[in-house]
Amino acid sequence: MAAARTMFEKIWQRHVVVDRDDGYTLLYIDRHLMHDGSAAGFAKLRERNMKLRRPDRGFATPDHYVRSDSRSVADIADPHHRSLVEQIRTNTAESGVTLFDLGDERQGIAHVVGPEQGVTQPGLTLVCGDSHTSTHGALGALAFGIGSSEVAHVMATQCLWQRKPKAMRVSVDGTLGAGITGKDVILAIIARIGTAGAVGHVIEYAGSAIRGLSIEGRLTVCNMSIEAGGKAGMVAPDDTTIAYLEGRPFSPKAAEWDKAVAFWRTVPSDEGAIFDRDVSLDAASITPMVTWGTSPEDALSITGRIPEPSTAPDAAKKDSMKRALDYMGLVPGTLLEQVPVDRVFIGSCTNSRIEDLRAAAQVARGRKVVIPSWVVAGSGLVKKQAEAEGLDKIFLAAGFEWREPGCSMCVGMNGDTGKPQERIASTSNRNFIGRQGPGVRTHLLSPAMAVAAAVAGHFADVRKLA
Amino acid sequence: MEAFTTLDAIAIPIDQPNLDTDQIIPARFLGKPRDMQVSALFHDLRYTPDRAPRPDFVTNMPAFAGAKIVVAERNFACGSSRENAVTVMVDNGLRAFIAPSFGDIFFNNCFQNGALPIRLDAARAAELRGMLHAAPGARIRIDLASQTVVGPDGKSDRFEIDSFRKDCLLRGADEVSLTLSYDEDIRAFETRQRQEMSWL
Ligand code: SF4
Repeated sequence: MAAARTMFEKIWQRHVVVDRDDGYTLLYIDRHLMHDGSAAGFAKLRERNMKLRRPDRGFATPDHYVRSDSRSVADIADPHHRSLVEQIRTNTAESGVTLFDLGDERQGIAHVVGPEQGVTQPGLTLVCGDSHTSTHGALGALAFGIGSSEVAHVMATQCLWQRKPKAMRVSVDGTLGAGITGKDVILAIIARIGTAGAVGHVIEYAGSAIRGLSIEGRLTVCNMSIEAGGKAGMVAPDDTTIAYLEGRPFSPKAAEWDKAVAFWRTVPSDEGAIFDRDVSLDAASITPMVTWGTSPEDALSITGRIPEPSTAPDAAKKDSMKRALDYMGLVPGTLLEQVPVDRVFIGSCTNSRIEDLRAAAQVARGRKVVIPSWVVAGSGLVKKQAEAEGLDKIFLAAGFEWREPGCSMCVGMNGDTGKPQERIASTSNRNFIGRQGPGVRTHLLSPAMAVAAAVAGHFADVRKLA
Repeated sequence: MEAFTTLDAIAIPIDQPNLDTDQIIPARFLGKPRDMQVSALFHDLRYTPDRAPRPDFVTNMPAFAGAKIVVAERNFACGSSRENAVTVMVDNGLRAFIAPSFGDIFFNNCFQNGALPIRLDAARAAELRGMLHAAPGARIRIDLASQTVVGPDGKSDRFEIDSFRKDCLLRGADEVSLTLSYDEDIRAFETRQRQEMSWL
């Protein structure tokens, strides 16, 4: 009998084009997602006078530079940014890549659109010139982010040179408490293993709590694999995955569907497969999480207090804690629930899907926000679905702004930034210094927790609001 | 691509662990043409919010002018996939990065731009940073062929690098041309995949 293999190993082996003696593999790439930042890749391709090898494997949508209050390209004030959104049109038209353009209801954040359209499927390799490409692993794909030179390489050859990463399993077993979401799970994992915890590894998230998550929840978990240092994150495809994919525009149809499903069933790791590393967490111990510092590993339970640098294990850590506290304007020992919040952002490829918006609306229903608060749906289709369910009415009645799909304030490249020293409760994935604008203080948390902060004006435990 | 063989140059120490790509080049500069990004290197570390240079940041110190090497802390350049994090450093003359560990995507992006990321153990990296602080303007020598880094103290350390990457850097070779030489294998793969995964 063949040796038991991990899911990662199976997908890897199936995509080897060439294995060199020096440990490098030419890996075939099944799907290439592009966004407005991919213009650099097209430019590099043009410099070489080359064409896309497989335009049929490319899918593009503008997300980083689009406005969240207008659907018109002409309204983008910065001429360089406007040009990037225009170039995605000309580049895809010239090359034959499928485009979900501004104004098309299918447009949105690439990592929301891929799964939603059925472009992302189990057992495939998928890349995008964006680090949060790890998101797509939630459907059982091997998906990772690449830089613009590699983007051009994939455009030219549909392949990438890779050294095989190691495999790591993070198991979360047991039952998640009420109000605990995928976001809390991944923040708890990162708090545990650190932002460099999975460097050089592909993470497989396993265990009953992960299997119990919806696809949206799994997408949130896999999204932040990169914040754990991982090359990619994945969850084994199961009935939930197959039910999610059925009937999506780019999902296989009829006889091909049956063939694909039969293949997808073979993708999960074999019983007894060996991982290079194993980490496990108890689902019942996970509480609503909020970050306090400037690294995603600085995550705390909402019941916690801002940490004391004196408790740091070494001088370097103490120093970096001090710097983070200083930037964040926080006093050690303060209860997280007593920290006032200035602004709330619900959106990003981490938490802007329909389930996220439902969870947020449930808390927002019948309440009023006391600080400026935004909801930015991940795609036009998410927005439409939310409106069909009346969620927009709930948000608007509570005082939220209901804005147009894109990355928006996750990174602020479109101009949606906070003000210096503004404290933002954000459902995005990075609390880096200046991420949401120079001097802005970002705290990461789940959509429901973000609403709790919006109505309280300070961080609050959503479990008490239920 | 410019070949990388040896480098004997002033090195700057960067002490923060997990220094992310947003610190190397903030997102708001990414949509600009490459020549407009050059001055954005370490922008928010280098300048106060009202654009005054911070005198205590290494790249603002005259003694470090002309540096070509960075010695950093663990998980250097973690975060986003922006290749600008490499190109903005290369455009500022920085071509070799020494750290105990790196963000994965940054590490790969280096090789696409003729830059060399070197993993050195944490203790030695800390020691090197200490020397650079103590004697600003001190030099480090890197020889890719023999895979060695010689510190200002004259002590030489060997570093590991994949022979594939090393070879490409030494020759300044470009991966696309290499890959195209495997065109037959790619075609064979595609033929096989059309049969095995016909739904794609
Ligand atoms: S939503 Fe944020 S993290 Fe996601 S792709 Fe956009 S900018 Fe990147």
